[in-house]
Amino acid sequence: MKYPVYVAKRLVSLIPVLFGISLIVFFLIRLIPGDPAATLLGSHATVQSVAELRSQLGLDLPVWQQYLTFLGHLLHGSLGFSFVYNSPVTDLIATSLPVTLWVLASAAFFTLLVAVPLAVWAAARRNGVADNIIRAVPVIGLGLPSFWLGIMLILLFGLKLHWFPVAGFGTTIPAHLWSMVLPGVTVALTLAPILIRSLRASMVEVLGSEYIVTASAKGISRTRVVLGHGLRNAASSSITVLGVNLAYLTGSTLVVERVFSLPGIGQQMINSILGRDFPTVQGITLVFAIMVVIVNLLTDLAHAALDPRVKLA
Amino acid sequence: MSAPTVAFDPLEPPEPDVLVPRRRLRGRRRNTPLVAGLTLFSLIALVALCAPLLTNHDPIQQSLNEAFLAPGAAGHPLGTDALGRDVWARLLYGARVDLSVAVLAVVSPFVIGSLIGLVAGWFGGWIDTIIGRVIDVVIAFPFLVLIIALVFTMGPGTTSIYVAITLVGWVAYARIVRAQVLVAKEQEYAMAARVSGLPTWRILLRHLMPNVVLQAIVFSMSDIVLTLLAIVTLGFLGLGVPPPTPDWGTMIQEGQQFILSKWYMSTIPGLAVVLTGLSLALIADGIVEKANRR
Repeated sequence: MKYPVYVAKRLVSLIPVLFGISLIVFFLIRLIPGDPAATLLGSHATVQSVAELRSQLGLDLPVWQQYLTFLGHLLHGSLGFSFVYNSPVTDLIATSLPVTLWVLASAAFFTLLVAVPLAVWAAARRNGVADNIIRAVPVIGLGLPSFWLGIMLILLFGLKLHWFPVAGFGTTIPAHLWSMVLPGVTVALTLAPILIRSLRASMVEVLGSEYIVTASAKGISRTRVVLGHGLRNAASSSITVLGVNLAYLTGSTLVVERVFSLPGIGQQMINSILGRDFPTVQGITLVFAIMVVIVNLLTDLAHAALDPRVKLA
Repeated sequence: MSAPTVAFDPLEPPEPDVLVPRRRLRGRRRNTPLVAGLTLFSLIALVALCAPLLTNHDPIQQSLNEAFLAPGAAGHPLGTDALGRDVWARLLYGARVDLSVAVLAVVSPFVIGSLIGLVAGWFGGWIDTIIGRVIDVVIAFPFLVLIIALVFTMGPGTTSIYVAITLVGWVAYARIVRAQVLVAKEQEYAMAARVSGLPTWRILLRHLMPNVVLQAIVFSMSDIVLTLLAIVTLGFLGLGVPPPTPDWGTMIQEGQQFILSKWYMSTIPGLAVVLTGLSLALIADGIVEKANRR
C-alpha cells in the first residue's frame, strides 16, 4: 500500500473514535446524581434559576435531540459557555492551551534526555553493574507520585538553592523556558524509567542482530556501532513506545501544572471543577482526548514513514 | 494505541527487572523481589491494621493549641499538622483508607474486564468489533483526566472513586485477556472442550479462564500501584476521600502550603506512598519472574 493511502485510511479510522469521545463527554453530564441543573447551582438556587439553567443546558429536550445539538455546536467549534468566567469555553482553552503545550514539550525533551543515554548505556553493557542498576529503576519509579516529586524538587531547587522559579510561567520566552525546567524534569523522572525499559529491550534486540556483527567485523569502533547502527534502528521502534507514553504524559501535565501553578488547561480543569463550572470541565476533557488522538496519529504516521518494514495494513 | 492505566503497554510481554543477578542457591533460585516485596507490604499492612495499638491519638481530633509541633515532640513522634492533629496517627489511619481503596478498586475492573476480554476473544465477529471500538474510545482519554471528570460529576466520595476506576480500568484487563484468548482458543484443550459439546460458559470459565488469567493477575499488581497513585492524586487535588478522613494525598497537599518552614509535612506522607508503591512493584516484579520461569 502506498503511504498516502495509509494516511487516508488512518484518518478515516479516527471517525468512530472521535464519535465515541463526543458521546462520552456528552454523557458525563448525565452521571450527575439527581437533577444536574439543581446540583450544579447548589443548595441556594431558586426554582426559577434551576429551570432557567435546565433550558440553557437543553436538559428539558429528549436525550437524542440534546446530543445532536451538542454535536452540532461541536462541529461549529463551540464547546459551550462557562458559568464562572462568563465567556466561551473555547476562549478559556485558547488562552491556557499554549502553556500545556510548553509543559508537554519540556517533559518530552527531558524524558528523552534522561532515558536515551541510560537505555543505550544499559544495553551496551548488558548484565553489567550499570545495567542491573538501570533495570531496577522502574521498580522504584512505578510508585512515585509525580505531584510529590514536584513538591520535593521545588523545595530543593526552588526554595533552598534558588536555581529555578517555584511557581508561575513568566512573561518572556526565556522566563517561560526557565520556568519549564522543573515541571519537565518532574514528568521525566516518573516517565523515563518506563521508557528506559522498552528502549533498552529494543536496543538489546538490535545489538544482537547480524548487521551489528557485520559492522563490528568491519572494524568500526564500538561507540559508532552502538550509536550509529544500534540506536538508529532501535529508535524507530521506540517511537511507538514514546507515543504511548506521550498519551499518558498528557494526563500527568494536569497534576504538574497544579503543583507548579502553571496556567495551562490542566490547572483550568481543576479550577473549573472546584468552581463547579461544568461546561469548561466537559470542554477540557474533550480537548485532552483529542490531544491524545492526535499524538497517537502522529506516532503511527511517523513510525510508518521512518521504518519501511512497517506493514501499511 | 495507549494503555489506560499504565504508561507501558500491558500487551507487551513483561520483562523481569532483576534486582539481584539470578543464581542458584542450595539448588533453588531465590525470588528476591517477591520476598522483599511481600515482607515490606506485609509490614505496611500490619502497621495499618494495628493502627489503634500503635497510637493513642484520634486521627481526626483537632487540638489547635498543639498545631505545628515538629517531629519528635512529646507524645507526637511525627509532630502535628496545621490543625493540631497527630501526623503519626493520620499516617497510620491514612494507610488503612488508601490501601483498602486501592486494593478493592482493582477487583471490579479485574473481574469485569477479564470477562469482557474473554467474550470478545472467544466469539470474535461483531461482538469483538464493538468491544474493540469501545476500548479505543476509552483509551483515547488520559487515565487521570477521565477519572477526575467522572469523580467530579458523580460527587466526591469512595463510591465515586470505585465507580470511576471501574469504568476506566476494565479496558486494560479486557485487552490483556482478549489477546490471551485469541492464542488459547486455537489450542488442543480448547478444541477438545468445544468438540465434546460442553456449554460455552463452562468452556470459558472452567477451561479457558484458568489458562488466560495469569497475565491479568500479573498486571493487577502494577495496577494496584497505579490505582494507589490515582487515589492519592485525587486527594492532592481535593477530589479524593472527603475530609476529615485521613488520606496521604490530602496530607501532602496540606503540607505544601507550609513547605518552606515545615518541609517534613509533605515529605513524610510522600515517603509512605513511595514505600508502599515500591513494595507492590517488587511483588509485581517477583510474580513476572515466577511466571517466566514456569
